[in-house]
Amino acid sequence: MFAGLLPVVVVIALALGAYGLQRAEVIGPYWLNVLCNMGINILLAVSLNLVNGFTGQFSIGHAGFMAIGAYVAGWITYYGGLLIWNEVPVTPPEGWFPPQVWLFAAGCVGGGLVAGLFGWLVGLPSLRLRGDYLAIVTLGFGEIVRVLLQQTGPVLADAAAVKDAGLSSAMALGGSLGFVSVDTGLGLTAFNNLFWTVFFLGATILICYRLKQSSTGRAFLSVREDEIAAQAMGINLTRIKVRAFVIGAVLAGIGGGLFAHQSGNNLTPTDANFVRSFDILIPVVLGGLGSISGVVLAAALLTMLPEILRNPGEYLPLWPWLGAVAAIGIGVGLAIRHRRALREVCFAVAILALAPVLLALAGWACKKPGWITEKGFELGEYRMILFALLLVLMMILRPQGLFGVHEVWEMGKLFKKKPPKDPMGPAPVASALNSVASRGGGRL
Amino acid sequence: MNAAASAARPAPAAPSGPALLDVRDIGISFGGLKAVQAFNLHLPRGVLYGLIGPNGAGKTTVFNLLTGVYTPMTGTITLDGTRIETCRPHQIAAAGLSRTFQNIRLFGELSVIDNVRLGCHVRGRHGLASTLLRTPGHLAQEAAITRRSMELLEIFDLADRAGEQSRSLPYGDQRRLEIARALATEPKVLLLDEPAAGMNPQEKKELAGTIRLIRERFGLTILLIEHDMGLVMDICERITVLDHGQIIASGTPSQIQSNPKVIEAYLGEPGGAA
Repeated sequence: MFAGLLPVVVVIALALGAYGLQRAEVIGPYWLNVLCNMGINILLAVSLNLVNGFTGQFSIGHAGFMAIGAYVAGWITYYGGLLIWNEVPVTPPEGWFPPQVWLFAAGCVGGGLVAGLFGWLVGLPSLRLRGDYLAIVTLGFGEIVRVLLQQTGPVLADAAAVKDAGLSSAMALGGSLGFVSVDTGLGLTAFNNLFWTVFFLGATILICYRLKQSSTGRAFLSVREDEIAAQAMGINLTRIKVRAFVIGAVLAGIGGGLFAHQSGNNLTPTDANFVRSFDILIPVVLGGLGSISGVVLAAALLTMLPEILRNPGEYLPLWPWLGAVAAIGIGVGLAIRHRRALREVCFAVAILALAPVLLALAGWACKKPGWITEKGFELGEYRMILFALLLVLMMILRPQGLFGVHEVWEMGKLFKKKPPKDPMGPAPVASALNSVASRGGGRL
Repeated sequence: MNAAASAARPAPAAPSGPALLDVRDIGISFGGLKAVQAFNLHLPRGVLYGLIGPNGAGKTTVFNLLTGVYTPMTGTITLDGTRIETCRPHQIAAAGLSRTFQNIRLFGELSVIDNVRLGCHVRGRHGLASTLLRTPGHLAQEAAITRRSMELLEIFDLADRAGEQSRSLPYGDQRRLEIARALATEPKVLLLDEPAAGMNPQEKKELAGTIRLIRERFGLTILLIEHDMGLVMDICERITVLDHGQIIASGTPSQIQSNPKVIEAYLGEPGGAA
């Protein structure tokens, strides 16, 4: 039992450590914002990876689940705060863990559960469909959520109204303007901080990791690899797909809860639209369909991308460090020729390490007047074009994503001793025959 | 495994004996094409049964009917006393019928051992809470699955490739891995769809030995589709011949070899119909 709980303790310790750095103002407001957004983006991408990566279903309505979680969490902190404390704080109250923050945590979990319920309702009928049809259904789902949220009451009830009419007045969710408080004219209280970001992100990664290492995760992957064979091996396709879909939706809902309470974000119905779904999807496709670590790294890189392009000069000095990582990756990759999976992981790490340097260089060159254009321009403004090109390139060169299903931590295998070869192993003649057959016997 | 039970039974091949797999009059048509018609099969426990026929005779369709990929339009299928003809494929696998595929269907991206471990999935309980909390029961079950998978890989001489990606295996190894994966589901009846396809004579010989070995070791009943007559005549105790979706002969290998209808189906009419 203890071994199972240890990583949970580690996650909490990490979260507390990160929060400590934030409280001690080692991490300033700018980096706090970047890191929290990065954590939320990683969380969302990792949760989508369960569906699109592990199970091989193509869902492009993940933002719908995120928005449901966000609105439910916002509803809980806003109206719950009004009911309990008679007011909704504009900024989070002082202290490490003021009571309002626990309401926010409960809101995130509640948002996750409601999103999971919707995941089940959407998934049960639509996961019987294959390929493109599922994509269409999920796309439509996201749009339905967006339109429904636009139709909600535009003016949030204030404390007096909630006291008078109870929660029946509390169905106003801001309509098309978004979740904006009447009292302050601001969005939801920015309850999110590094503790909750790291905590929920750590929990998400742990959940995905444990799933991947277990029979359930293998069942997910088998569905992706070959549905017919998986079925013949006794896998209940619908059950496994719905399971992945619901877990993914729950985690997306939690991510939505964090998103809604992140400073700088104003929750609006457009957060449920397909543009945001694609934002979640891109790191999954880039990092590796089925690779947790690959998706984490890709989502981190993509969050940093606009920051790098905004101030390329600041990131250029990082090149010796990242270059060293890339060089080690390429070097090790070339050295371990016989282990293809690990070699690909090495090269993927090298590419991801080089990417920020190259981006910074490109951004810097574009900015410089007279270099590429007369006045110089912000490459960051062409971000969406970059993404599109990136996706096209990935689809052509490496459709399974940089890491495929492999993980960075598989590199640990390099340090494990290979078991000694059986001295009575297969006779050389037989294995020679095998290899001849493998070359000759084509597979249809 | 009930090796003792199968050993205690009289020699197989008696059509009137108690059937483990009893197929009566199943049929299916696609559009106007009657792919399989009035197909009967009577598999006593422990038998090694061959299903042969020219290309397009409907052999694989029979497998797809038995394993629930297609639902038969007529007839019944009884596995060990349970009717399975309307079950879905995963339920049939759980009931104890497992198969391999004519064109190999491994989980290519997964490692060799994960393919076999996936086969063990159907015999376990995989609750979400116990998986996420890693309860002792869950860990014990995963350890047991790994142990059993390694045993199976050792039988098929694949143990030292356990960590490799299954798509990187040589062709013959992939075929054997598919059998190992099917065995991991602990089947009562194993359906092998052209296991020797694409193998060289040496590998075919080894395969025949392996099939005999696993039947003894796991007390299996095996139904085999095969094009290689040598292999079928060598290892099967009874054979059914299918042509144009219909049974044209059934019997022991020597009866089949001398059956004029079979010769006609394979070689064409003696007189030449043209």
